[in-house]
Formats: sequence, C-alpha cells, structure tokens
Amino acid sequence: MKAPDLIDLAVRNLRESVLRNSLTTLGITVGVASLVAMLALGVGLQQMANRRLAKSGLFDTVVVTSRRDFRSYNREERTTGAGAAQSRPLDEQVRAQFEKLPNVLEATPDIRFITELRYDGKPHLTMVSGVPQSARNNDAFDNMQGRFFGGDMADEVILQKEFADELITGREQPDSKVQVTAEQLQGLLGKGISLHYAERSVPDRNAPSESAPATAPPNNSEPAALSSFSVIRRSRQLRIVGITDQDPEGIRGSARGRVFLPLKLLQDLKVMLPSEIRENTRSFSNQQTYLTISVRVKNTSQIQGVQEAIKKMGFNTFSIVDATRSLRRFFAVLDLFLGIFGSLALAVASLGIVNTLVMAILERRREIGIMKAIGASDGDVKKLFFVEAGVMGFFGGVAGVLLGWSIGKLINWGTNIYLVRQELPPETIWAVPWWLVAGAVVFAVVISLCSGLYPAARAARLDPVQALRYE
Amino acid sequence: MNSSQPGDHLAILTEDLRRHYKMGTAVIRALDGVSLQIRASEFVALLGASGSGKSSLLNLIAGLDHPTSGRIEVAGKNLAQMSREELAIHRRHTVGMVFQAFNLIPSMTVLENIELPMRFAEVPPAERQAAAREAMQRVGLAARAGHRPSELSGGEQQRTSLARALVNRPRILLADEPTGNLDSRTGTGILNLISDFNASLGMTVVMVTHERHLAERYAQRLIFLEDGKLIEEKSNTPQLAEARS
Repeated sequence: MKAPDLIDLAVRNLRESVLRNSLTTLGITVGVASLVAMLALGVGLQQMANRRLAKSGLFDTVVVTSRRDFRSYNREERTTGAGAAQSRPLDEQVRAQFEKLPNVLEATPDIRFITELRYDGKPHLTMVSGVPQSARNNDAFDNMQGRFFGGDMADEVILQKEFADELITGREQPDSKVQVTAEQLQGLLGKGISLHYAERSVPDRNAPSESAPATAPPNNSEPAALSSFSVIRRSRQLRIVGITDQDPEGIRGSARGRVFLPLKLLQDLKVMLPSEIRENTRSFSNQQTYLTISVRVKNTSQIQGVQEAIKKMGFNTFSIVDATRSLRRFFAVLDLFLGIFGSLALAVASLGIVNTLVMAILERRREIGIMKAIGASDGDVKKLFFVEAGVMGFFGGVAGVLLGWSIGKLINWGTNIYLVRQELPPETIWAVPWWLVAGAVVFAVVISLCSGLYPAARAARLDPVQALRYE
Repeated sequence: MNSSQPGDHLAILTEDLRRHYKMGTAVIRALDGVSLQIRASEFVALLGASGSGKSSLLNLIAGLDHPTSGRIEVAGKNLAQMSREELAIHRRHTVGMVFQAFNLIPSMTVLENIELPMRFAEVPPAERQAAAREAMQRVGLAARAGHRPSELSGGEQQRTSLARALVNRPRILLADEPTGNLDSRTGTGILNLISDFNASLGMTVVMVTHERHLAERYAQRLIFLEDGKLIEEKSNTPQLAEARS
C-alpha cells in the first residue's frame, strides 16, 4: 500500500475513536511539552551564560605572551614552536603582524601598571589599565554611571566602583558600616583626578641624550646611546566620566584594573612598564614592549585557528574558550539530565499509545480479517498500525512543542516580573531553538513508532480466518 | 471423483488435501483427504451440513489458511508452498471473496469499501475511482456511493461486497453462503448477479451453501462434503439451463 493511502486510512481510523485517540495524543503532548520545557530551560541558561561571556569581550579574545616572559599556560606548548630564548618580545611590530592575521579584528597591547592617583589631595595607589574604544560594547560598561570615553585621546577616566568607594570614603578596604550612596557616586562624575607615572624616554641614536640617564648596565657590545634610557616623573590631569559596577577584566584575576584610561592615551603617555625594564636590560631594544597583547577575532569559532597561527609565530596563547570547555561540559550534562527528566512523561505517554493500539486491535480484529481477506498483506496491516502510532506522535509532538513554548513564555514572563521587582535587569532564560522544535517532533514520532512496534506486529500476525469469525 | 474433461484448463486442483486443527489433545479433521478439480469458468456449489468442511475448503482455496498436508493449486500455483506475502498477493489478484455476513468496513462508504482492495493493489486513485464506479454500476449501486453500510439493506450490502470482490478482476469468485443472511427474493437477485458474472466474464465461481435448491438452480456442479471428506459430485447443467431460461 502506498504512503498516501496508509496515511489516509490511519487518519480515518484515528477519527473513528476520537476521544480515546485524542486523550492518547494529549498524553504525548504533555510529554513533549515537558521535554521541550526542560531542554528550553537548559538551552536558555546556556545561551544566557554565552551571551554574558561573549559580551564580556573575553570570548573572542586571545591573550598572547612572549615565551621569554612566561613559559606557557599549557604544558604541551613547551614542546612546540620557539623556545623561551628564541621567542621575540611583544612590541609594535609584532602587534601589527597579529592584526594582519586572517579573522583578526584588532590586536591591542595590555598596558597596566600600578601607580599613584591623587584625588582631593590624597594619594591612592592602584592598578591603571588601558581600554580600547572597541570595549565600548563590553557589558561591564552597559549599565555604568556616566559614560564611556569621548575619544581615543580624551583625558578621561572610568573608575571601578570599589575604587570610587575608596575615593569617597578614604578607606582602602570596603567597610560594611559605611554605605556609599548613588548620589555620592554621581557626585564624582566630572571631578578631576591626577595620574602620576614614570615616562620612559629613549635617547636619540644620533644625538645621545644630555639628560641624566638611568643606570643601565654598560655593555661593551652596545653603543652607549642604546644602552641607556631615561625615566621621567610625570603627572596628567584627568576627568572622571564613568563608574562601573561590573568587572570588565575578570580574566585578569589579581591584575584587574581599577582605573581605566583610553588605551591610545596611555600609549601616548609612554609609561615605563615593568616588562620594559626587563626587556631593555636584556636586549637594549628601543621599541616599546608589552607583557601581553589581546588579539580580538571576528567570531568565537575562529579562536582556535588564530591561536594556532600565533603559536606558530613562537608565542604563548590563552583564551577564555579554553577555560569554558568545562562550562560547556557542565551544560551538556545539565541538558542531558533535563532531557531525561523531560522524557519521563513522554515514556509514560508511550505506554498510552501501546494501550490505545492494543485496544484498537481488539476492536478492529474483524476489520483486520476483512482487509487480509481482500488482499492486505501482513506488512500492510503492520504499516497501518505503525502509521497510526506515528500520526498520533506527530500531532502530539507539534501540540507539545506549542504547549512547551507557551509554558516557557509564561515562566520567562513571571521570572522577569520577579527580577524587575528585585531591581535586576530582565533576562531571557528560555530559548526554543529550531533544532529543539524539529528534534522534539521527530523524537515524539520515533517514540510513538517504537510504541507501535508491538501492537503493529500483533495485528500483522492475526490469523484472518480467526479474525473473520470474531464477533 | 474427477468430473473435469481432459484438456480443460483447471482453475482449482486439490489432491489429498487435509486441514487438521488441534484443540487440546483432540485433533479436528476439518478436511480429510479432499481431491477435486474445478475447471476455469465453472460454477461449482459446495454443499454439506455444518462442520462438513465447506468453509475450510473455501478458506484454503482463498489462501486465508494453510493446509496441513496435500496439494492445492489455484490458477496453476501451489498455495501450500506460498509465503504469507505471496498468499496476500493471491487474495488480492486471483480470488475475490463474498461472505455471508457481508464483511464491509462500517466506517467506510460504499465507494470506499469497493476501492479498498485496489489500495492494497496500489492502483492509482483516478483509476481506482473509475473501476469502483464501474463495479457499482454493474451491481446497481451507483446511487449509493456515499452511503455507509449501516444505511444499506442486506441485499445492497451484499451487492457492495460483490462489487468489492470483482473490482480487482479476479479469475475466481469464492462465495461463502452469500444468501445466508438474505430473504429468498434478495438472495435470488444476488445469485443472478453471480451467475451473470460467471457467464459474461468467464469467472470461475465456488459457492458454499446450505440451500440445495439454489445450488441446483445456478451451479453447474454440486460437490457434497461430509466430515471433511468429499462424498459425492453431481453435474447440474440441465437445471442451470432451466433456471436461466
């Protein structure tokens, strides 16, 4: 029998016992809805985590270090590429090379150093960090008080809230007894703060500097001009334009910045970095060098390729993607468990299908005999019951996805009402991707077909002579 | 016990055909060594008391059942050696069946019931419709296409069953007490139709009946069964001619 005839007969048979078949289909609907609801929650939470991480700017970033400064984050790298002695320092030339790599958006040096800032006449020692203009979309700056930098070279500063609290209270450690109000923080915006730093000054090769050189060790093989550099004390007046409650540099651990300046401005200030002291004493390079360079790629999926290319150039790399492998494993296990729990209802529903079809065999015993007497094969009868199970599974699956989706919308709506009441931003914790819709319907059909196996085989085996005698 | 003429084309041949059933420790010998030959286009009536083996023989010819032993050839094919799938094809194309209880599917209309064997034969829908309507025309049910069996009289139901049996153009029509549930006038109408198909289409007819007068009126040969054995065969040509006239 051809497929359209099978489907036609199956649907006709299902219509004959509308109530029973509808209840069976409803069982599948509830099972699929439960499965979709569970998995949609898992997927939604995973997407929320991914969104957060992606927006943090860490997910699409490869952090590069020179092997002469760090051995390796990963042990296996020790055996590949350039050794510590051969690895080049991270300077402007290398940074430009990184920017030319395929799929790289930008390569920015990490300029961070501990220095003194003065506010209201009082000194505060803290970590200062350069932030590129591209970090404007970083979620750490989404809900900050004030605004992002007006430009690459703006004499502006954004404070991490803890540091802002320190400026207001004058205490380095947070004190639970002293509450800083939003108004106090708002009051900081527009205020001036001065940055005190050491400028690195390199003498001209042709005209040796007349200024007093810092004490660089003499080296017989190097010209005197290259063996010396100057450190000049400088200060710069900046304006506080923003305060962020989030931590834009979670990846840095203890090296997190608490005061942020435009990166270009910091580069222009030629701040003497600790890594440069080491580099200058080692190779007497006049180039500005960096401890790390952050390479931002166009798409998270391209991280691996860019990492490989940089490793081949003889540098160490690290990305948050490495660190989030365990996170992905966690969500895979979570999805699996949610899926199993969601499937339990579908398993119960599948028993309903078996029951309905076995009842149908009893009721339609004579009809099966008639069909066999007029030419139906065992295979035709088997397929007919199979298709009936599949049709129930399909309609149950489609209705289940709709129900699951509606439940999800409702829960998401309720959750957001709660979040808003708690003064938290609304979140989408629910996601029903297309693969889940298609997968749930296919799964419902497959489960239904499996449930139809026994009844279909039993119907096919019926002896037509006995079946025709059945009253 | 062999009344076929030498050289005639045989539609049905059985040799020492047996069908035994086990019921607990007892063995029921529904058919016990039946040998017969039925020529193509012949109208044969199987007569006998209840339990004599008439329906068992008909079921074996139809390919609904497998013999315990012996040989059974229908349209030149040995049914005893056929698989279940091959028997289904045999029922679909070689034989058509009419039952005492009509055996129509109640949820289907007259047209759909008649079409059903063609669905199993994978006939395209348009061709199926045309053939079903032609069969309905033949049995005089053209106006009842959209009716369900419950809306038909017994005679109309049996005519629907007859149209369904004919629609795949089988070579052999097997009728199991086709008038058993009908009054005599309606029964005569049905047998007239069967007789017409036998004469006009050259269809072999094997009819099981209790009613000897009907058998004598329509069948060319009467075969008597008792306790699963063939006990008598009787040619009936003169009475059939009289009935037709």
